[in-house]
Amino acid sequence: MRGDQINLQNITARSATSPPSPQVRDGGVERVTKLIDVSRCIGCKACQVACSEWNDLRDDVGECVGVYDNPVDLSPNSWEVMRFNEYEDEQGNLEWLIRKDNCMHCAEPGCLEACPAPGAIVQYANGIVDFNSEHCIGCGYCVAGCPFDIPRISKKDSKAYKCTLCSDRVFHGLEPACVKSCPTGSIMFGTREDMHELAQSRTEYLHGRGFENAGIYDPEGVGGTHVIYVLQHADKPEIYNGLPNDPRISPLVDAWKGVTKPLASVAIGLAALTGFFHYATQGPKEVPKEEYDEVEDAETHEEDRT
Amino acid sequence: MTNHWVDIRNANLILSMGGNSAEAHPVGFRWVMEAKEKNDARLISVDPRFTRTGAVSDFHAEIRTGTDIAFLGGLINFLIETDQFHHEYVREYTDASLIVREDFGFDDGLFTGFDAESGSYDTETWHYEHDEDGFARRDETLQHPRCVFQLMRAHFSRYTLDVVQSVCGTPRHKIERVWNMIAETVVPDKTMTILYALGWTQHSIGSQIIRTAAIVQLLLGNMGMLGGGVNALRGHSNIQGLTDLGLLSNLLPGYMQLAGSEEQDYQEYIAERARAPLVPDEVSYWRNYERFHVSLMKAWFGEAATEENDWCYDWLPKLSVNLYDVLHTFERMSQGEVNGYFCQGFNPLAAFPHKEKVTASLSNLKYLVVMDPLSTETAEFWKNRGELHDVDPSEIQTEVFRLPTTCFAEENGTIVNSARWLQWHWGAAPPPGEAKPDVEIIAGLFHRLQAMYREEGGPFPDPILNLTWPYRRPEEPRPEELAREYNGWALEDVYDENQNLICGRGEQVGDFGTLRADGSTACGCWLFAGCWTEDGNQMARRDNSDPYGIGMTLGWAWAWPANRRILYNRAGARPDGTPWAPNKALVWWNGSRWVGADVPDFPVTSPPSAGLGPFIMNQTGRGQLFARERMVEGPFPEHYEPFETPVANNALHPNNPLSKHNPAARVFEQDRENFGTLEEYPYAATTYRLTEHFHYWTMHARLNAIMQPEKFIEIGETLANELGIEKGDRVRVSSKRGHVDAVAVVTKRIRPLQMGDRTIHQIGIPIHWGYLGETKKAQLTNALTPFVGDANTQTPEFKSFLVRVDKL
Amino acid sequence: MSQSKKERGILRYGWFSRLNHWTIAISFVLLVLSGLALFHPFFWGFTALFGGPIMTRILHPFIGVFMSVFFAIMAVRFFKDSLIKRHDIQWLKQIKDVLSNRDEKLPPVGKSNAGQKLVYWIMVFSVPVLLVTGVIIWQPYFADAMPITLLRLGALLHAFVAFLAIITLIIHIYSGIWVKGSFQAMVRGRVSKAWAKHHHDLWYQEKMDEERRRKESLDRIAGQ
Repeated sequence: MRGDQINLQNITARSATSPPSPQVRDGGVERVTKLIDVSRCIGCKACQVACSEWNDLRDDVGECVGVYDNPVDLSPNSWEVMRFNEYEDEQGNLEWLIRKDNCMHCAEPGCLEACPAPGAIVQYANGIVDFNSEHCIGCGYCVAGCPFDIPRISKKDSKAYKCTLCSDRVFHGLEPACVKSCPTGSIMFGTREDMHELAQSRTEYLHGRGFENAGIYDPEGVGGTHVIYVLQHADKPEIYNGLPNDPRISPLVDAWKGVTKPLASVAIGLAALTGFFHYATQGPKEVPKEEYDEVEDAETHEEDRT
Repeated sequence: MTNHWVDIRNANLILSMGGNSAEAHPVGFRWVMEAKEKNDARLISVDPRFTRTGAVSDFHAEIRTGTDIAFLGGLINFLIETDQFHHEYVREYTDASLIVREDFGFDDGLFTGFDAESGSYDTETWHYEHDEDGFARRDETLQHPRCVFQLMRAHFSRYTLDVVQSVCGTPRHKIERVWNMIAETVVPDKTMTILYALGWTQHSIGSQIIRTAAIVQLLLGNMGMLGGGVNALRGHSNIQGLTDLGLLSNLLPGYMQLAGSEEQDYQEYIAERARAPLVPDEVSYWRNYERFHVSLMKAWFGEAATEENDWCYDWLPKLSVNLYDVLHTFERMSQGEVNGYFCQGFNPLAAFPHKEKVTASLSNLKYLVVMDPLSTETAEFWKNRGELHDVDPSEIQTEVFRLPTTCFAEENGTIVNSARWLQWHWGAAPPPGEAKPDVEIIAGLFHRLQAMYREEGGPFPDPILNLTWPYRRPEEPRPEELAREYNGWALEDVYDENQNLICGRGEQVGDFGTLRADGSTACGCWLFAGCWTEDGNQMARRDNSDPYGIGMTLGWAWAWPANRRILYNRAGARPDGTPWAPNKALVWWNGSRWVGADVPDFPVTSPPSAGLGPFIMNQTGRGQLFARERMVEGPFPEHYEPFETPVANNALHPNNPLSKHNPAARVFEQDRENFGTLEEYPYAATTYRLTEHFHYWTMHARLNAIMQPEKFIEIGETLANELGIEKGDRVRVSSKRGHVDAVAVVTKRIRPLQMGDRTIHQIGIPIHWGYLGETKKAQLTNALTPFVGDANTQTPEFKSFLVRVDKL
Repeated sequence: MSQSKKERGILRYGWFSRLNHWTIAISFVLLVLSGLALFHPFFWGFTALFGGPIMTRILHPFIGVFMSVFFAIMAVRFFKDSLIKRHDIQWLKQIKDVLSNRDEKLPPVGKSNAGQKLVYWIMVFSVPVLLVTGVIIWQPYFADAMPITLLRLGALLHAFVAFLAIITLIIHIYSGIWVKGSFQAMVRGRVSKAWAKHHHDLWYQEKMDEERRRKESLDRIAGQ
């Protein structure tokens, strides 16, 4: 590590690093959470613009593909996008569900697990999962590792990019840029505890407004997330542009990165060792001297005959 | 706004109609969300489309564009017939009890006095019946058959649920639901606020739609109330300031009026406007008109304005028509009657209807001066852009001058927001290149003109030669100097009626009550008096303390009039001076004077027992259910169809062709021929703005371009299926006047309307995107729109017209 | 024959085969080293061999494609010799004898023994899988176009198959070291007859027959 993190001891998890990261500091840093109340979102995209401005991002001027979503998808230059979904329930009641899509900052991040480059992905004590471009090698494993399809690899520099939860702002006691820009209070930021309390009260409010299935989206499968949603229909997260119902690190990724890595490494070492010991015990496989002589004799004899 | 942004949070019900507040006013919309959350308010969205406002509303009802009077007229009928109106408020605070002349009438869609030939009314009969003292007769029981209440009741009795359904196309259960939700606010402790914007103003009946809303609010007792009111959400930065300062062609600053050409006599001019009360003892504040007028003339002409020369009355231009509005001006330009044009902060080619006509009109000019911070389509109207704008530059002889100006962030000054707040701001960056503030450009022009008049003479030199110019650096009047001038100052010591000195000579006046009609005060805009007093720049105040916890931050900036935040707030208290409800306490009588959270909009020492009406600007002291002659198409709102309408006739008077459309609307001959028919253009269309863009400006900004890069139109799923159009297809939308090509957004959010056995489809067309800037290039939406305006304001009917749609 | 006097023994691998083999071998080792670096942090140090982590990530797939091309050639050329025969099964059944150097008990085998054939077949299976899965997860050229599930499956398969291939490689290399003469065979191309007879008797007989026939036909021509 070079001096590329604001406070090195705040890094509590680090990609491709088996020994534990600093764990001694305790209690000083509270876990933070961004609360996105979908029921209050008007899809104005102020957060998208604020994100672009704070992080100095300028995506391409794209095109309209027949929906309000622009940019159409996340990209190395768009770390968050609004997803607009027209949802009609069984009674024909229409809702326009607008979800801000960005990194969820999982407590157990799939990207971090999948990343092969030591320190390219880190998790801070406050829960933020951050990409350290200094160490990123651009392999794209984080893309495969993420249960939410968030990271994007830049064509310009082959680095992975995603929402940092404005880790730079948060380190200095500010809220993320999107939170600051939100005109309707749909995006809130604070300690995990406070945000859960707020989310709970918002959920109760929605229950009172006839949204019986309103609830908090804080999926357990990834150990909870540091970005949580209040959904009007928490029983059907998939209607919010395919928000995964029970996201977890894919078993494929687990199989690939879980026990496989150390076991296979050991197996490889053992294989080499086995060879060595085999050689040491059994000796080389040689053609016995007498067989040489036999063949030599025959050959000489043959040659003589000709 | 009668109320203000923050006050929205005090509402119990928010009706967003004739506007898409979440889309167009997302920042102010925070107060709507606060009302929902903190005040458990409900939000209703009534709109042809399910919009961004709809997305967070508690109830959405679709409506056919241009039928809001029918919807609200039906509501008025419903409120009266189900006895859900605020009896005390209506009796005490409105003109319901006043009796109308016997010869006033309404028949088959027309009020008395219509002249079909000129398309206008003789408004003689649209008045109250006067007693021998010249006061309006009254019947406090509201039973007199010709009292305003009974006439209004009869007028709207035709607006039954069936009629409303058949006009608006809104499903019955949705109409009923909305009406019932609104009726619930009739109780004193609940208020509804109405938020509207261009969705009401940009119709040929726009002003009357807003009138209808005002009637609803008066019936419910929601005017002057915390969380009530009729609230225009202004779109353009400082469009409120534009009207306040009288930039409309028929106005002088502070909503004073230019005289008509028939008004050559100063005394008559004043007498017509300094109106005496129609009910005994009422305030009728406009009777102070002359004080404001003379102070304005002293500000303009200084020493030259004297009582002897009628304060330079003869130097003021007189109107030969009601309004030299933009439509009128471009009509004259197209006829070759206007041949030079200064276009300042305006992009008419993009922003005004019937682009082809606007192009032809600009092509008739000898010269066009464009002052703008940006490169505008108007400034390049002569350039051929192929399919996007097909003109032949060799045919256009107009000489175009482009003068780059600063934008708001590059200069000090103030912008008046929708809530009438003047908030001082400070320049954040120096202007680029040769850009100059508009004031400097105009100053330069003025000095050259004045010099030429002085040296070479010319016709009618007096107003130019005598205009005051009291600025330290004449070439660069500073915003601070202008602001002080708008506030006004005393030219002589000013005393009150008890001979107490209230403003010494040379001092800034403290309020418009100080202004005098004897030439001892000068004031550039009486409404702004108080913005820069001897205590300094009141607009720069930033004290957000809110002592009553109801969002009344009187120390934050400065609001006209007199730093008053809620207009007519006397109506927010009962006739006896106590608040209607404890949770709605705003101003009240404390035994000796009016006090409270706001600056009382009332003579502060006039006790409730004196019984003055709270609507002090009106001659009656009351809210006007009956508009008298103030509206050109009638004293009661009536539903008229848009000039291009998808229905064959007006369901309210199907057999009278004269009353199908607004009978008093002004239509130029050539434009009448350019209206399309239902057969050729079967779909109703409406235009609007998107959050991601501001008109035609932000197309120049990269981030906005990224957020919404390409022109699209919105089309309902049902119609798209019929036409074989899929999401993302390119389509052509055509009207009688032109076409635009765009990407189709196929949506569930525009539902077909069932009107009897007819299904009506509506097409949504955002106005943004043109052939300049960072976005994908496109044709201008206003190639489609009709060249006709509201009968009172001549605001073009951008919101309702007919189109066809073809897949490309 | 004069030639056989100069170069003693039997030609086992021609120059092209040797070139092909070593091209593949070197590439494969590079792939293993760079691949392992990305496989487990334990091997991260290997990235230093390739000019750093990013160069490792960039080079690995290119080497892979390069190797795959040469492997394809070799696979075609070695196809016939690698078909499994009945005696190969028997040989495999006696793998204990193989490992214990009890060669005299083993059945005679052809040019390749069953172990070599297995290496061939494992590689014929592995290399295409590695190539396809490698392309799927190849940044920045192809991965972006792939659905995430495919990326995950690709990465998983790539890792598993690479593991299989690496184990095979280790066995393969060890065999080269363990069986004296075989390394020489791949370096110089020729083996002694005794070696051939000992390890690949059927092939040896075949070669002898060939030689005899050739000599006889030469004799016939000479005798005419």
